[in-house]
Amino acid sequence: MFLEALTLQLGYNATLVAVGAALLGISAGVTGTFLFLRKRALVADAISHATLPGVGIAFIAMVALGGDGRNLAGLMLGSALSAWIGLLCVQAITRRTRLAEDSAIGAVLSAFFGFGVVLLTVIQNMQAGRQAGLDGLLLGSTAGMLMQDAVIIATGGALTLALVLLLRRPMTLVAFDADYARSIGVDPDRVDLMTMGLVLAVTVVGLKIVGLILIVALLIIPPVTARFWTERSERVVAYAGVIGGLSGFLGAAISASAPALPTGPIIVLVCFGLFVISLFFAPERGVLAAYLRHRQFQRKVHIRQGLLALAQGQPVYEPLTIRLLAREGLARPDGIPTEAGRARAARALRDEHRWQVVHRSPDYEEVSSLHDGLRDIETVLTPDQIAEIDDRIGGPREVPA
Amino acid sequence: MAHLELATDHGQPLPDDSVSESPLAIRGLTVSYGEKPAVFSVDATFRDGSMTAIIGPNGAGKSTLLKAALGVIRPLSGAITVYGKPLRNQRHRIAYVPQRASVDWDFPTRVLDVVLMGLYRQLGLLGRLNAQHRARALDCLDRVGMADFAERQIGQLSGGQQQRVFLARALAQDAELYLLDEPFAGVDAATEKAIIDVLKTLNRQGRTVVAVHHDLATVTDYFDRVFLINVRKVAEGAVADAFTAANLQAAYGGRLATAQIDDLELAAH
Repeated sequence: MFLEALTLQLGYNATLVAVGAALLGISAGVTGTFLFLRKRALVADAISHATLPGVGIAFIAMVALGGDGRNLAGLMLGSALSAWIGLLCVQAITRRTRLAEDSAIGAVLSAFFGFGVVLLTVIQNMQAGRQAGLDGLLLGSTAGMLMQDAVIIATGGALTLALVLLLRRPMTLVAFDADYARSIGVDPDRVDLMTMGLVLAVTVVGLKIVGLILIVALLIIPPVTARFWTERSERVVAYAGVIGGLSGFLGAAISASAPALPTGPIIVLVCFGLFVISLFFAPERGVLAAYLRHRQFQRKVHIRQGLLALAQGQPVYEPLTIRLLAREGLARPDGIPTEAGRARAARALRDEHRWQVVHRSPDYEEVSSLHDGLRDIETVLTPDQIAEIDDRIGGPREVPA
Repeated sequence: MAHLELATDHGQPLPDDSVSESPLAIRGLTVSYGEKPAVFSVDATFRDGSMTAIIGPNGAGKSTLLKAALGVIRPLSGAITVYGKPLRNQRHRIAYVPQRASVDWDFPTRVLDVVLMGLYRQLGLLGRLNAQHRARALDCLDRVGMADFAERQIGQLSGGQQQRVFLARALAQDAELYLLDEPFAGVDAATEKAIIDVLKTLNRQGRTVVAVHHDLATVTDYFDRVFLINVRKVAEGAVADAFTAANLQAAYGGRLATAQIDDLELAAH
């Protein structure tokens, strides 16, 4: 079943949903990246919750005009308008008062959402039967998706994607350094407004598939996941698109291959799965890599400290140090150095003395700053320079090997 | 009415031509955060081809003055002209080097990409980056001694290296007026030397340099003019005339011990 779903052989509706979800995932991931880079991920939450009153009002208006209240294009238009008003409220509160943006978001988000729920309840009592499906926009509902809906979603997603690619440079500039952007004539407020407009578009496009509550996940999790794998913003954008698209497609396929699995939430869970994998296993920024780097560093520090103590005839007390020295064959389990340990200890002490000369001598000022207690001086100076330093130290030229 | 009176230099009306030729002329500038002015009714005329230090104690409004001059923050009142014209059409002639602490250095980008931001105005929305742009950015990095770091992630840089990258980005703009906010703050000696060499070279080429500066000991070596500020303007002029013990005392008040002033190479007034 799952394989058939993956290869789009599970029927008309499943195919529409899978393609639509993949497109939505790509545009959400790419758009969300700029929100993430600008450190304003929460704004997506305000925007998405502020769509709900618009959904209700659009439904009522369309019914009052004698049309079908569930027309997706109409609902999208209504939700876009109310989300825009919500966004302007957040901006006005942030700008005119001393409240921080997160407080403004909290207030606007809950007020709009509350109002939206009231409207939905009114609609439910207003006219039994016909309104069924409106609450599907909260968490997405793909069961009755029509070709017409899929076309709207695909077109909206593609347009958003094109605009994001067009605006990527000013958006990156503003995200990195808004003051500098203003100094060269790029107005950060306008760029931010365009970014928010694009986020709004993605939210509205995503209403049918993942719903307004979960769209935030598709906007934010892909860039956060992508960030684990690269240090370049244009790649974060590309990877986030891939991660979002993959989540959308896989999630839709999984939910189609089993009865009674909701599409939107499954898409979000797939996306979160990719995030968790990246969190642990990404090569540079992943938790595992960081842990291994830390352990290796700790090992080096302990061995160095242990060797210096041995060289100066001091006892080594710390169990971890003794264990590490013993594992390297440098000391016995009781902390007494072996022959190899004595030689390495003497070399470590010699290295330490050489660094001290470097610190005292103005000739080596630039090298001096490289000293971190672990770096071997032979890796930063030429043999001639080391010989010169050894002359200053005096004593035996040959360091026991 | 009060505003009109303030737009003068100590009560003397300003000669018009000095303003029109100045790379940066500020008239009656007041900037306020909340209800406490950070800069109050300041006039300043920076001379073409000069190298000016803006000095004053912490919280004296030095950075604020610079940011307001660039339109980065909106003033409460005042007028800014750049080469005699409103700032709006003159931005291509100015390059700004912000304080390096003003951005997040964990941002996912490479050194070269930051410098390429300096070419943004040339590229616009649709322009494609080509080899020429990259070569120019690399050349700017080379001028600050950072060419070897072009491919590095910016998070790996030391404070001094960050500052040099910011300077390289400004160089890429190839501007006539360079405005720098504390370019020497918290940098190592090698960086300080690299930066002042670049600035002096720019100045020799006839470009105007204005820098917020905090190290009084180097004012005489680095700059030819000073602008002293403590919310209000204290003094403005050639280092030889305006960098005096009396002016420093007026700007810094009790925060500068007499002994410290004695150590400085001050003008002989």
